[in-house]
Amino acid sequence: MGSRYVSRLLTIKIRKEEKYMCGIAGLIHRGKSSKVGHELQGMLQALKHRGEDSTGYALYGDTDGKNFIMRFKVGENVGEGSTSVAEDVSVYDERKKIVDTYLNEMGAKIIKEERILPYSLRYEIEYNKKDLLEFSQKIESIPGVEILSMGKSLEVIKDLGNAKMVCDRYNLDKLVGTHAIGHARMATESGVDIKSAHPFWGYPFSDVSVVHNGQLTNYWNNRRALENKGMRFMSECDSELIAVYLAEKMRDGASLEEGMKESLTGLDGVFTYFVATNDSLGMAKDTMAAKPLVLYESDDLVAMGSEEIAIRSILPQEIDTYDPFDGEVKVWQI
Amino acid sequence: MANIKSVSKKTKAQAMGMHTEVLTGRTQQKFFNPDEAENFYYFGTYDVDFNKRTDLDVKDMTAADANKEIDNLMSQGYGTIVIKNPQGKHSIGVGILNKLNLIFEGSLGYFGIGSCDGPIVRINGRVGWSCAENLMAGKVVIEKNAGSCFGAAIRGGDLICKGSVGARTGIDMKGGTIIIGGDAGAFTGFMMQRGRIIILGNVGINLGDSMYDGTIFVGGEIGSYGSDAVDAELTKSDQDWLRRKLKVAEIGENFDVSKMKKIVAGKKLWNYDNLEPTEKKGAI
Repeated sequence: MGSRYVSRLLTIKIRKEEKYMCGIAGLIHRGKSSKVGHELQGMLQALKHRGEDSTGYALYGDTDGKNFIMRFKVGENVGEGSTSVAEDVSVYDERKKIVDTYLNEMGAKIIKEERILPYSLRYEIEYNKKDLLEFSQKIESIPGVEILSMGKSLEVIKDLGNAKMVCDRYNLDKLVGTHAIGHARMATESGVDIKSAHPFWGYPFSDVSVVHNGQLTNYWNNRRALENKGMRFMSECDSELIAVYLAEKMRDGASLEEGMKESLTGLDGVFTYFVATNDSLGMAKDTMAAKPLVLYESDDLVAMGSEEIAIRSILPQEIDTYDPFDGEVKVWQI
Repeated sequence: MANIKSVSKKTKAQAMGMHTEVLTGRTQQKFFNPDEAENFYYFGTYDVDFNKRTDLDVKDMTAADANKEIDNLMSQGYGTIVIKNPQGKHSIGVGILNKLNLIFEGSLGYFGIGSCDGPIVRINGRVGWSCAENLMAGKVVIEKNAGSCFGAAIRGGDLICKGSVGARTGIDMKGGTIIIGGDAGAFTGFMMQRGRIIILGNVGINLGDSMYDGTIFVGGEIGSYGSDAVDAELTKSDQDWLRRKLKVAEIGENFDVSKMKKIVAGKKLWNYDNLEPTEKKGAI
């Protein structure tokens, strides 16, 4: 096709996307802790007009760093708007029992157990092996069970509804930590369910999470290649590819920032995404800069979101913000 | 699509190499006589007094309510309105078809100052995506940075950002002038059809991609040229115009314009519209 015609289509696509897609937000406090659950809730709620099919939080809380925190689900939220099939709660109980048995078999000791909702659980686990691949594969071999996050400080909480609904449901308001990323989702590429909601855990790496705004057009090519290399996908959401892509790069020895820079050419489409680890927060923007991002940076706080109003929810005073340029990758440490 | 013909009689802008085509037929260019400008007004516009000034705090207002209140104040004859606490709200100050001094004490979100014709706007903050989209006339000055699609499809007026701007600045613009004090992102001047863009800093990749016409002046480094964007000679009249424009814009007054690069359309893509039906058939 002629380049002008393609350009026209691209213009139309860009203009539509900038108005009707998901919203992402993130913040990192440098040198101190804060109520990041409350702060992120405010930021994501300010973006709820960008999508409220589901909302997800990746919170990096203050912990002693000794034990793993495993957030996992044994079923789906089948409430209003969900695309999942209803299951009897007894099925969840059965799955939980098998999880407990497997943990015991792998030498993982449950220190603390919370069942927040019938399908959503939080375990504090004493587990001494570093490689989480075998661990995760074993747990997720149970049908219907998915580990949402595994880490020494990371906790991924995601569910259907807007930011406030999810925050209230999981009591995230009081969680204290250093940094967090989150996502307000308008489902376009896959179902309205928890497994397709963001953030995605950077399986099988401890404390790695990803949120994404945009569309990846070489999802299936990348997915096939990564699955052939032994990587795991839990959903058909294109955004999950970013987490798996980065995890594979890191498995091969790349640093987080190196992996992010490679993703600018390895991933095709339009995207702005955030990645967080136990001590850092990063952002990457595609080479066409087709997805929005506004950034505020000071000595003690970095806050960013799809729109400035997200940042204004925690910094109402007049501040200096800017849009990162195309193909830009930035990483901040706590 | 208008017929495109070359004519021997050139306008001043054509003589400067800023555009070369003359539109005929249904879309024939018409220029208003400045002496008669006062006779042109829109239905629903107001006779305002610039010396009549008021403040409007929009902190607890929706964008729609804020815009209605601006309209209400204009109907009362206020010619200078200072907006307090915009706090990044979207779509504020839109659809003003009036002479007005509008001052924002803070930053705007997306689609601020959209579809305006005539106001003089100063924003003491930053703006989000698509600021001043479809501006017809007037002057908009942003003291800090701006997001992507800055000045999308503007037809006229001066749009000035003293900081840096995002991608696709001046996309689809059909007239007017955009002046950037800092850097600009990728695809600046994407598909622009007329008008001028001045960037004092660096600019990203694909500058002037698929531009039909118009002129882009760049003071810093260029990431890469887009399809059909080519260098042109920076003439003395270009330099005189740049100096004058930068002075009026209160930006880069002492900037050495003689070292700026001038980018125009190579016009190799001009036949595209004739080919489009065939291309569409091919695609189908």
